[in-house]
Amino acid sequence: MSLNITVCIKPVPDPDYYDKITIDPVKKTITRAGIPTIINPVDKNAVEAALQVKEKLGGKVVVITMAPPNAEENLRELLAMGADEAVLLTDRAFAGADTLATSYALAAGLKKSGPFDLVFTGTESADGATSQVPAQLAEWLDIPHLWNVQEFEVEDHTLKAKMSMENGYINYLVQMPALLAVKRSINKPRYTTVMGVMKAKKKPLTVLTAADLDVEPERLGLQGSPTKAGDIFTPSLARKGQQLTGETEEIVEQLIQVLRGAGLNLESLNVNEAGRE
Amino acid sequence: MTTNGAGGIWVVAEQVAGRINSVSYELLNKAQQLKNQLQKPEPVVAVILGKGAEGLEQLSNYGAEEIITVFAEELEIYQNDLYVAVLQALIEEKKPSIVLIGATAIGQDLAPMLGARLKTGVAAHCVDVRINENNQMVAVVPAFGGKVLGDILCPNTSPQMATLKPGVLGKPVPLEKPAAVVTAFDPSAVLQEDQGRIKALEIVREEQTGVPLEEAEVIVAGGWGIGSRENWDLVEELARLLGGAVGCTRPVVDEQWVQSEQQMIGTSGKSVRPKVYLAFGISGATHHLCGMKDSGLVISVNKDATAPIFEASDVRIVGDARTILTALIKRIKG
Repeated sequence: MSLNITVCIKPVPDPDYYDKITIDPVKKTITRAGIPTIINPVDKNAVEAALQVKEKLGGKVVVITMAPPNAEENLRELLAMGADEAVLLTDRAFAGADTLATSYALAAGLKKSGPFDLVFTGTESADGATSQVPAQLAEWLDIPHLWNVQEFEVEDHTLKAKMSMENGYINYLVQMPALLAVKRSINKPRYTTVMGVMKAKKKPLTVLTAADLDVEPERLGLQGSPTKAGDIFTPSLARKGQQLTGETEEIVEQLIQVLRGAGLNLESLNVNEAGRE
Repeated sequence: MTTNGAGGIWVVAEQVAGRINSVSYELLNKAQQLKNQLQKPEPVVAVILGKGAEGLEQLSNYGAEEIITVFAEELEIYQNDLYVAVLQALIEEKKPSIVLIGATAIGQDLAPMLGARLKTGVAAHCVDVRINENNQMVAVVPAFGGKVLGDILCPNTSPQMATLKPGVLGKPVPLEKPAAVVTAFDPSAVLQEDQGRIKALEIVREEQTGVPLEEAEVIVAGGWGIGSRENWDLVEELARLLGGAVGCTRPVVDEQWVQSEQQMIGTSGKSVRPKVYLAFGISGATHHLCGMKDSGLVISVNKDATAPIFEASDVRIVGDARTILTALIKRIKG
């Protein structure tokens, strides 16, 4: 069994810097100057899942993204991690896309870049975090999908997979070709090695524009997006706080007063606790 | 333009193992508010899929004027292709102008799929929705972990859809109103078209231990600054002493100091609003603050005086989380 596996990834501003993001009050645009772009964290779990399938059953792993031209760097990193080929969809016509238009362009890119038995994505991106692209991509591709996958096995052309949900999970059988959106706890992504980085330089990286794809132009980008963005703002989370100071015991004494003031009955809890032990 | 049929504000009520998820009540309360903001009020309708469900009258209590039940053996366990086909058929027939869905694991899967089928827009994991002066729904959507909020509209396609995170709308309140009209929709024609590409086998419920975060009046939360799995026991112990629930941040889940990621608070975790929130060793990354900002009293302990959590706190303690936890536990135990 040799499988064609495609992984969709997204370069995102590093989540560790989100408190540095500001809004230009006049132009109403988001300012993210100086924030590094990284591969969306859970997308590395998707690549790891793909590599594990390939190692077990054989095949090829293609990584694909729709992003600005400098995303080549992020794709090279995934080629170094072990992916075989990379595809970058980049065109001004893709700009301003919501999830429906993004998944439409990605679906066209996937079809263009060859056959696929399995498609992996992460559950959500760190920046927009809509988590909507996986399901919508599967719809455009007309293949079944599962979202929030915490475990899976490939058996012939069938997947056995677990969709995680609040306080439990559901087990499914899914016919391939299929798309799985995996969650962070599914695996630990491998580190890249020096050898991997060397090899990555020679692996194919194809750049495609809208003209290379079989698409209806009105379904792309801002024009193809049914949702429209209105006003943006940064909510204030600031509270007028007081600081407790002193030696540890003094701080704890003040803290006890604060907790009592908030209506916590520490004595009764204490008694109950003692009674239980 | 958006209302080209009978209209209606729909809530897709979620049931798991026959029990209705409380996010459905939160959405129904909100749907009633939207109704009052519309230029011409439209009926609030709850749609529920499954094999059956207990307590349908609760949907009525929280705001449903009409309940559409779609009950069949095949719909007992959530299976996205069947659920989406049924909802697509219903929506195309009855043409609601607004569809609200809970941003649960099921809802976050179902809503975008439905949006793609209907070629309409879905605003994801909103913190609020309202009707503007043009009679359009405006959804307030967080981005960059909640650092930025943006208004999202869906002006040219119908229905206007949004998913809302459980807990962000606050505790639902029962409304004094007449009982809803219940109608059954027969899904057999839709189910016959099932291509069999996906099959739900079984649902497994995991036993919940301790106080659920959503219901807790006190939450003791810890972050990376707790330092080790051993120190984490102190967080658990304080929560137990205060009769509260244990919450955490992403690094704690990654380090597996907690058993379940269900304890994670933040944009991709739970939204909570306890009376008292104690944060130990939490720096206050934006995506965490977004999940706890509606808490009553926020008390935080962190070594770093410049940690962003302090800005969002009522009571600040600059100090070592372990030291304060140990001393506080000792003091409470007496």
